[in-house]
Amino acid sequence: MSPPIAPPGWSRWLVPPAALSVHLSIGQAYAWSVFKPSLESALDLSGTQSALPFQLGIVMLGLSAAFGGTLVERNGPRWAMTVALVCFSSGFLIAALGAATEQYWLIVFGYGFVGGIGLGIGYISPVSTLIKWFPDRPGMATGIAIMGFGGGALIASPWSAQMLESFGSDSTGIAQAFLVHGLTYAVFMSLGVLLVRVPRPAASAADGTPVPLEGVQVSAAGAVRTPQFWCLWVVLCMNVTAGIGILEKAAPMITDFFADTSTPVSVSAAAGFVALLSAANMAGRIGWSSTSDLIGRKNIYRVYLGVGALMYALIAWAGDSSKPLFIVCALVILSFYGGGFATVPAYLKDLFGTYQVGAIHGRLLTAWSTAGVLGPLIVNWIADRQEEAGKSGSSLYGLSLVIMIGLLAVGFVANELVRPVHVRHHVPAQKEVADVQERQQPA
Amino acid sequence: MSRSDSSPPSRRGLVALAWIWVGTPLAYGLYELVRKATQLFTG
Repeated sequence: MSPPIAPPGWSRWLVPPAALSVHLSIGQAYAWSVFKPSLESALDLSGTQSALPFQLGIVMLGLSAAFGGTLVERNGPRWAMTVALVCFSSGFLIAALGAATEQYWLIVFGYGFVGGIGLGIGYISPVSTLIKWFPDRPGMATGIAIMGFGGGALIASPWSAQMLESFGSDSTGIAQAFLVHGLTYAVFMSLGVLLVRVPRPAASAADGTPVPLEGVQVSAAGAVRTPQFWCLWVVLCMNVTAGIGILEKAAPMITDFFADTSTPVSVSAAAGFVALLSAANMAGRIGWSSTSDLIGRKNIYRVYLGVGALMYALIAWAGDSSKPLFIVCALVILSFYGGGFATVPAYLKDLFGTYQVGAIHGRLLTAWSTAGVLGPLIVNWIADRQEEAGKSGSSLYGLSLVIMIGLLAVGFVANELVRPVHVRHHVPAQKEVADVQERQQPA
Repeated sequence: MSRSDSSPPSRRGLVALAWIWVGTPLAYGLYELVRKATQLFTG
């Protein structure tokens, strides 16, 4: 399939909503927990079992983004969005069949395996295209799309809960809810498939031959052989681990922190705190990523990692003495967490060019998968050990906070080590032109 | 790319429609989020 080239006069402002239609849909993954209690009672599952579809989905997200990135670059965003639509929607339809027949393995296979491929391909599908349309504001452009991934859970969480309330929480009700999700997301994502276009490649006036892209261009295979890629991998992994550290245990953390004070936090207030963190996460994606267009990518990561460490230090230092300080610091950390996700495609573009930036981004997302395991593991394991040691309140988290500061310091150093890519990794101009011509051939 | 910033009239409607398509569910999600977040101060 050749990428859909924009006709003359096509507005680049049609591309962000195309990207959002995909990201707002696949962001549903983070609202999977809404289905867990119903699945557990309807199919007699444990908490670990009911989390399997989500966990497999996130593993498949990482794998398909890492291994499918080159295909996405070759076939273009419309192909990628179509694959994402088909996989994500049919994942729900298979899961609906699984719920209706009470075959749990079908739910795991449908939502986790098939849907997970949709998550990975969908996540990277618009990145390269947005950067090409907005070379002047790549941070803002990718920030809009990646903000959508955070927004997807905000939409799906109340929507799915309402649906279970209407259809019922038994296996038939769950099946109906999955069916409606699959069909609705297919319709919603089709906007992206229909609207997405790649900008017309610049052509020389004389013979119409495409001219090479401006600046440094590195292939995906070449990028993973550079130290810059691995420095960024560490940066992303550390930043995400530090964010997940709070996000994962937000509600119990704020409750435990102020349990021994005169103003303990109620369950509903803790739920409000979690919602506020989601808002900070989303705002950081668009806000900080857009700021990176003004102050530069390296500087913004200095802020994420340096100020992030400072925020953790403030939480550790203040302990349970100030609730507002705790809340503000946590919000800032979560905004940096979102910002780190949204800014990284533009950082990759600065280092490796736009030639195969989507595929490189896909490979970098393995840092996310690693952090997804590392962050919760550190915070949960340490909190459990501290509890066993008889500690309570804010002292349950003291060691975790220190470890988070250390991780952010490692990320800060890795960011400082990022230098321009050596010329030996650059793709020759003739190869770029040949690739562009090959993509323009009718399928 | 700046030439494509000024959309021809025929595309402006499409741009508006596309943003409404994605903006409406996002606004719903944000509304629900704000409702929940206020519990931090009232709960």
